[in-house]
Amino acid sequence: MKTFDRALSWLLSGRRSAASHLLLAPAAAWLIVFLVLPALGLVALSLARNGAYGTVVWSLNLDNYRRAVDPRYVPVLLRTLGFAGATTALCLILGYPLAYFLSFRAGRFRGALIIALMVPFWTSALVAFYSWMVILGKEGLLNSALLRFGFISAPLGILYTPFSVLLGLVYFYLPFTVLPLYGSLEKIPRSYVEAAYDLGADRWTTFLKVTLPLSLPGVIAGALLTFIPCLGDFLTAELLGGPRYYLLGNLISNQFLMAQDWPFGAALTTLLLAGMIGGLWAYRRWEPDA
Amino acid sequence: MSCVPSDNLLELGLVSKSFGATPILHDVSLSVRRGEFMTLLGPSGCGKTTTLRIIAGFESPDAGRVKLDGVDVTDQPPYERDVHTVFQHYALFPHLDVAGNIAFGMRMDKVPEAEIRRRIPEALAMVKLSGYETRRVGSLSGGQMQRVALARAIAGRPAVLLLDEPLGALDLKLRKEMQLELKNLQKKIGLAFVYVTHDQEEAMTMSDRIAVFNQGRIEQLGTPGEIYESPRTSFVADFIGGANIFTAKVLPGAAGRAHLILEDEHELDVPLDAHETLPAPGGRVKVAIRPERVKVFYKDELPLDSLRFDAVLQDSIFLGDGCQIYLRMFKKDPERLTVALAGGDRYAVHDDLGVPVIAAVQPEDVYILESDGA
Repeated sequence: MKTFDRALSWLLSGRRSAASHLLLAPAAAWLIVFLVLPALGLVALSLARNGAYGTVVWSLNLDNYRRAVDPRYVPVLLRTLGFAGATTALCLILGYPLAYFLSFRAGRFRGALIIALMVPFWTSALVAFYSWMVILGKEGLLNSALLRFGFISAPLGILYTPFSVLLGLVYFYLPFTVLPLYGSLEKIPRSYVEAAYDLGADRWTTFLKVTLPLSLPGVIAGALLTFIPCLGDFLTAELLGGPRYYLLGNLISNQFLMAQDWPFGAALTTLLLAGMIGGLWAYRRWEPDA
Repeated sequence: MSCVPSDNLLELGLVSKSFGATPILHDVSLSVRRGEFMTLLGPSGCGKTTTLRIIAGFESPDAGRVKLDGVDVTDQPPYERDVHTVFQHYALFPHLDVAGNIAFGMRMDKVPEAEIRRRIPEALAMVKLSGYETRRVGSLSGGQMQRVALARAIAGRPAVLLLDEPLGALDLKLRKEMQLELKNLQKKIGLAFVYVTHDQEEAMTMSDRIAVFNQGRIEQLGTPGEIYESPRTSFVADFIGGANIFTAKVLPGAAGRAHLILEDEHELDVPLDAHETLPAPGGRVKVAIRPERVKVFYKDELPLDSLRFDAVLQDSIFLGDGCQIYLRMFKKDPERLTVALAGGDRYAVHDDLGVPVIAAVQPEDVYILESDGA
């Protein structure tokens, strides 16, 4: 037991770098096996050629990248950036008041409201989007209700429009925006708000001059956590958008699942990842000292 | 409240407040004069901080009114009241630098920018932090943050400055320095301060007047001297400076004097102060004696006019700058009388525990307390 204690205290002392390496080892191993190696595999795959019947012919050439930067993919890229940007903006506009309410006003209902917010997050995306299809379809709940109460005379085409895609994205990614926002608002000591009132700032000025600036890290984190996964989303467009509104994610998943062109899919994925990492890196460079 | 003299800048009239079922303040009335340093003193939970928050506008009273410069501000939000607060934990805005913090209130008051730029160094000079304009709040020490908070609160030139235990987070030495500095600053700028503290020494050092709070009421309001020299209740006597409190029975005596018997043993005859009242003979009353007003003699050499108690040295505690000795002065009741001795006197008692001594008290140092049910 003494030996064990001594080993443990040596391990936890942190004075020896060997000990800290040992403590980091499990996490590092996990990251290497499940993140770094697959990513390297993906890069390797992106340099290969597509053989007959979806086989992979290993090689080292940049043909896939040449294909990927073809101008005909520009509309998909722009559409993806547009949807991701619009989703992020809408999530921030809807999410900020929600997070503010949760943090400053919800009182004892806070726990229940946060759980309610998390429900779509825990629900399988497939189930959630099929539910939306049931609600938005031509024969769906929304159209039936509007027809029944005479608001419209013919069913509206809501499903398979940019609107339904945006709705699905906002619905799914809202918790990703709200939770970091809520976290940063929670961290603001209420005495700052009182101090602002005390110095003559009314509620709105206090929000603009104190609460909003102090919650900016949460705004940025929430925006990144929404924008970046949006770029790779394919299920929403697949189920609620249809082929006309395919995004980058659909283009990639199609290479793997339909076109059986894994090397080209890998090249597209590598480019997308590089873009995301580049964006994050630029943000970290720009970010003021936190 | 009836008509009030105009030199009262801030007035609280019969303010009461409860949080849920818990009563916090009962009928608190208080007025602060122009340029006065008023301290709200009391143990934690006594209602002093709630009173300050009601003045600032962070809490609204259940009953009673708050008047500032003759205007009823009870229903005004904090940002419309001409008072500024120095918060216990400073509450400096971390996203602004020192100058930004100081300018915040002035910008809200629409002070012209040129005037703001003139007042920032002025305020910093007052708190001895000249040249700190562009420092980040996070890089300051506790004492510096305290000074910036003070500069921020005074730069806007409020009618009244509220301070909520502003020195509580500082270490003892710095606290003592800041006490003097605060007092000097307050005198120099002539601003009315309402200062909340639980530290009776701090209150004594700085205040023009002290309101002693206990259980949501003001037990006594007066100058430090009055509070110390003539405590009205046993709570005040004990909380400020400490006191030995005894129960006495009233005996028939001359007008203007109290003829008492302490704990049914020691008979004494003391003069009554103007505010002191006595129950009818046969009734009981509490009296207080300050430890430092008791003199201890080994032989019968005490001054002629002093009250004499025969006692036994029971215990002594060395305090560094003096010592505290405990005397047993009642045969029936082993209640102890605490005596504080200053300086070298400690050597006289240290080895003499158990010996008979004579305790002497001047008659005017026996305070007759109001019956406060305690």
